[in-house]
Amino acid sequence: MATTMDVTMTVNGTEVTREVEPRTLLVHFVRDQLGLTGTHWACDTTNCGACTLWVDGEPVKSCTVLAVMADGHEVRTVEDLDTGGELNPLQQGFMQEHGLQCGFCTPGMLMTGQWLLDRDPDPDEATIREAISGNLCRCTGYENIVRAVRWAAEHGDGTAAGDDASADDHATDEVTA
Amino acid sequence: MQVPETFDYERVATVEEALQRLSHHGDEARLIAGGHSLLPMMKLRLALPEVLIDINDVPGLDHVRVVAGGEGGGGGEDEIAIGALVRHAAILTDPILGEHWPIFADAERKIADPLVRNRGTIGGSVCQADPAEDLSAVITALRGSVVVQSADGRRTVPIREFHTGPWETVVGDGEMVVEVRVPIRTSVGSAYEKVERRVGDWAVAAAGTFLRMDGNTIAEAGIGLAAVGATHMTCPEAEESLVGGPADADAFATAAGIVSAAVDPTADQRGPVDYKRHLAGELTRRALARSADRARDDSLREDA
Repeated sequence: MATTMDVTMTVNGTEVTREVEPRTLLVHFVRDQLGLTGTHWACDTTNCGACTLWVDGEPVKSCTVLAVMADGHEVRTVEDLDTGGELNPLQQGFMQEHGLQCGFCTPGMLMTGQWLLDRDPDPDEATIREAISGNLCRCTGYENIVRAVRWAAEHGDGTAAGDDASADDHATDEVTA
Repeated sequence: MQVPETFDYERVATVEEALQRLSHHGDEARLIAGGHSLLPMMKLRLALPEVLIDINDVPGLDHVRVVAGGEGGGGGEDEIAIGALVRHAAILTDPILGEHWPIFADAERKIADPLVRNRGTIGGSVCQADPAEDLSAVITALRGSVVVQSADGRRTVPIREFHTGPWETVVGDGEMVVEVRVPIRTSVGSAYEKVERRVGDWAVAAAGTFLRMDGNTIAEAGIGLAAVGATHMTCPEAEESLVGGPADADAFATAAGIVSAAVDPTADQRGPVDYKRHLAGELTRRALARSADRARDDSLREDA
């Protein structure tokens, strides 16, 4: 039985090649082998969504994907959301609306929330709640997370940071903070 | 940390290659597509395959299309063919399934969560053979079938004969499921009702139904039941009680009563037996009522 295999995939726009055991889960691959610890690892059972990242543009629970299955595919993690060090509108929304307390679910919430905004830039509350129904938060009661996604919908185009609107908002926030 | 036991991993590019590898490895190999049932079982050592054969790259298994009667080994009527690799998320929004059988979207809205639905497939769902699995109940209600391929060709197995027990199917070594088929009918309505404790959980109980109407008379009825210990996930006596009569509250209550009496649920953390028995009947009644409403709309659309 082969012990390890080489996998090559694009992670946050950069091609990486690493040696993995076939049983290595994608969440452990990005955290332990690539050092991208923004993706969190929690329930191990496909329930909580803390490990949510994108494979080929769609959010998945990476505790239930093998790293070898991502070979040749495109992975995007929470580390890729910002643009040139500027938080994107969704990340700003989580700050503005206090969308996190302990922060453990936040990377998953952000990756699912960004996917929603990319497909539906102006989602209503019910749509947001449905979209994040596979991401568990034990702190906020979800209210502020829903508001954070709404904030992003109202303050950015939902897809990119650094545009005029979000830059202006950011400046305003600093003044009022 | 939960990780599976060690195994070998192979990726195949065609159905033929997958079948060849399955034949080569025999019972020690399992196909993996979404992996959202298999990997959790492997983490718990409930499944210990020595080889995983990844079929995600195999083309020609992700279609939803109408096939004419008899084409590709189906029955004599027009059918909808759903490739084994079609993801739950695609079923939820598929226009062909939405037009003919809204029961699919009803069920998919309650299957796991959006992230899991991005990975899990219909082929994996029916092959998992979990008695609480929703799509199997849907396909059972519709009297669909499963197309199984081997090196010798294809065979079509009615869904009501496909599962041979919990987590067991008729799929043998060197065989794989390539398609699910459901018939196309006119003047029909269908619906799925499920009670779950929270998003993403398995059903406490679930019932899916369809009715085909001939004027005001029920010409055909189908019932699928999940998580309540129904033999072959259905209840033929309740289906028969409906055919030939009107689609009214009395008929639905009678069928619901038959279902309640016939099912054999197990007490667990999701509820006691009498509650699940009651729920199976009540969800059947609700699904029948919604099916009748939708059949009425379907007839109106045809008349228009």
